[in-house]
Amino acid sequence: MNPLKGTYLSRRLSSFYLSVSARHSRCNSTSATPPADGHLPSVASSEILRTKREAGLRTPGIKWADEDSSAPTRIIVGGRETRKMNTYQAIRDAMSIALAKDESTVVFGEDVAFGGVFRCTMGLAEEFGKERVFNTPLTEQGIAGFGIGLALMGHTAIAEIQFADYILPAFDQIVNEAAKIRYRSGGGYNAGGLTIRTPTMSVGHGALYHSQSPEGFFMGASGLKVVIPRSPIQAKGLLLSSIRDPNPVIFMEPKILYRSAVEQVPIDDYELPLGEAEVLIPGSDLTLLTWGTPVYHCETALHLLQSPPPELQPVIPASLRSANIELIDLRSILPWDVKTVAESVSRTGRLVIVHEAGMTAGVGAEISAEIQKRCFLKLNAPVRRVTGWDLPVGLQYEKFNIPDAIRILDAVVETLAY
Amino acid sequence: MASLARVRLAPRLPAGLRVQVRSVQTTADLTQLRDKPSDPSQPITVKLHEDSFQSYLCDKPDLEVQVTGEELLTMYKEMQTMRRMEMAADALYKAKLIRGFCHLAIGQEAVSVGLEHGITKDDRVITAYRCHPFAVLRGGTIKGVIGELLGRQAGMSHGKGGSMHIFTPSFFGGNGIVGAQVPIGAGVSFAQKYMGEKTCTFALYGDGASNQGQVFEAYNMAKLWNLPTVFVCENNKYGMGTSAARSSSNTEYFKRGDKIPGLQVNGMDILATKHAVEYARKWTVDDQNGPLLLEFVTYRYGGHSMSDPGTTYRTREEVQRMRSTQDPIRGLQKYIEEWGVANEQELKQLDKEAKAEVDAAVEEAKASPEPLIKDLWTDIYYKNTEPPYMRGREREEVHHY
Repeated sequence: MNPLKGTYLSRRLSSFYLSVSARHSRCNSTSATPPADGHLPSVASSEILRTKREAGLRTPGIKWADEDSSAPTRIIVGGRETRKMNTYQAIRDAMSIALAKDESTVVFGEDVAFGGVFRCTMGLAEEFGKERVFNTPLTEQGIAGFGIGLALMGHTAIAEIQFADYILPAFDQIVNEAAKIRYRSGGGYNAGGLTIRTPTMSVGHGALYHSQSPEGFFMGASGLKVVIPRSPIQAKGLLLSSIRDPNPVIFMEPKILYRSAVEQVPIDDYELPLGEAEVLIPGSDLTLLTWGTPVYHCETALHLLQSPPPELQPVIPASLRSANIELIDLRSILPWDVKTVAESVSRTGRLVIVHEAGMTAGVGAEISAEIQKRCFLKLNAPVRRVTGWDLPVGLQYEKFNIPDAIRILDAVVETLAY
Repeated sequence: MASLARVRLAPRLPAGLRVQVRSVQTTADLTQLRDKPSDPSQPITVKLHEDSFQSYLCDKPDLEVQVTGEELLTMYKEMQTMRRMEMAADALYKAKLIRGFCHLAIGQEAVSVGLEHGITKDDRVITAYRCHPFAVLRGGTIKGVIGELLGRQAGMSHGKGGSMHIFTPSFFGGNGIVGAQVPIGAGVSFAQKYMGEKTCTFALYGDGASNQGQVFEAYNMAKLWNLPTVFVCENNKYGMGTSAARSSSNTEYFKRGDKIPGLQVNGMDILATKHAVEYARKWTVDDQNGPLLLEFVTYRYGGHSMSDPGTTYRTREEVQRMRSTQDPIRGLQKYIEEWGVANEQELKQLDKEAKAEVDAAVEEAKASPEPLIKDLWTDIYYKNTEPPYMRGREREEVHHY
């Protein structure tokens, strides 16, 4: 079966696929043998990443913990330092700050004491003690329930579920207890101190139980927040916000970005806002909305649109190449930033949503329904979703399952030409 | 299935012969008076029946216990009040004033009142849906419980939760998902240990919930980390409509913690339950022995919930026999009268007071208004961290924060 069959552009592109894969273009979906740690070529060269100190310190929306939040926002970069970190190091940095600043903070999960399978908790047990950073049994439902109990006692509980695929045994605890306890106790109790970190999205060869994106399953659980960062700076700021947010938060970390995304991360304590999307590239002709790993596939697709390689030129009308595409990183899945997205689509008249989870009842379904309602008369084309197929993530052909730059480009071209 | 059931039930012995298989007594009035000083303020010494406890990997508690006459009367009054409250809930439900789910603990009063008398104010309790007495005893009010059941503002969760959702600062609620409260209780007790508090958590569940996977996950974590968790199985012999023997391969619930020691307790004699709770508290807090499993063998007179008449899976005779021979309140009443603490007239007076207290609370709760429509949208997220709006049924109902 050819999963690409049926889309006009993709059929024409199949030869392009094969030819570029041979010369390792920046189009990530074509790399023939990915390295074992899941290197993603498009991330390494991404212009979205803030790889200079100045740029890192000028991250939009950054709120320094040592500055009075009521004072007017100002960006002072002098006197602040950054350090080159990848995503797992930035996440470790955030947890280290949380552990140092709040004595009630504990970090626990499967194998976190020796650093965790993705190294996010490396050295934390040595630094803060085994009573505060400890291994749990392989017991996801128990971990979630245990964390809720801790949070009910006013503690800051940072739980790790080793893979987002394993969060499903804990689904009941998260949806029925963590999300509802504030409401059902009339505000008497809350699990706001609970943050559940979990690696998510595909890694190239994770297959059925290591490459899923379950964020959509939690979307109906009011009382909960769901956050997915795209880079080290984002991961640190959003994780610190999540830990301190007085609501339970599921913090999903795109696992392929743990090592491949590198930025100059401010070493001070700072937060980034929850519930707010970020416009990465402003534009006026189409809104391209995504979160997590596909942010970089979208960036690649925009490069391909602007200056298509010779193999693609015949299928990309010259008139579309200068289109201004607005790229938005949603960042918070629940609650999602309707305002920013609706405002953007009202200007551009077109929306393409990209996510790795399957299409049916995915997060894109909720967003497109709401946007079609709010922007109905402004839309020039149907809202388009580029998602994983409604299939289990198979071991083989994982790269055909996730939305890659070519499928995104296809959807963008079709939506522009609608 | 039917034949399978017959095979399993065939070896059931007549009640008189069952003594050969040693198990705890569930008779409420077998405690004997040993010594009663003439000064009524001095504690009475009594001896619990030798079959009040069965132990697993630990020693049985001492059978000789001391109790003051005043405490006996307090316990009596509280048990009567709790039963009256549950009866009032039953009546309000049948009058269609209480809607939704409602699980009553009539017959199990020796567990809730005995627990409260064996612990301190700073210990924590978390239980399942049969939770009304615990909520009152842990610092709530009857008006608050009945108000919650009625869905009124006077309810302990402001009428937004209902029967299974009542909390106090030391009581982590009624919880409606079978078994879900048990790992939460383990987390609560971890916090107690972490903070160096000299307290423990009693995590209660029923014989039905004993078969939930997460109960075993909680056992394992509690034992692994030596947490001050007392796992309390209220074995009322039926998980909804299925008897313990038909649902559990091992009905000795106190032995199901593997390496966690356990104690099976006569859950109908309040002196035994209180004594067992004190034993568990000493085990977990004073001696820091890690978790303990308590199994209270008790009985619920009513159905599982209001929609269950409670007679399709057990005989009316069985319920009648339990009520007439093993009732925990009657058992305590007998102690009080036989040991000369109070006479029948004085106890009748306490009954009247209990009824009057409940009746007054019911009237107050009924007078309380229902929650305001705008309260539907509060307490979902922490104030000022909500999404910009939440949907209602139609455009006019969309709530903007």
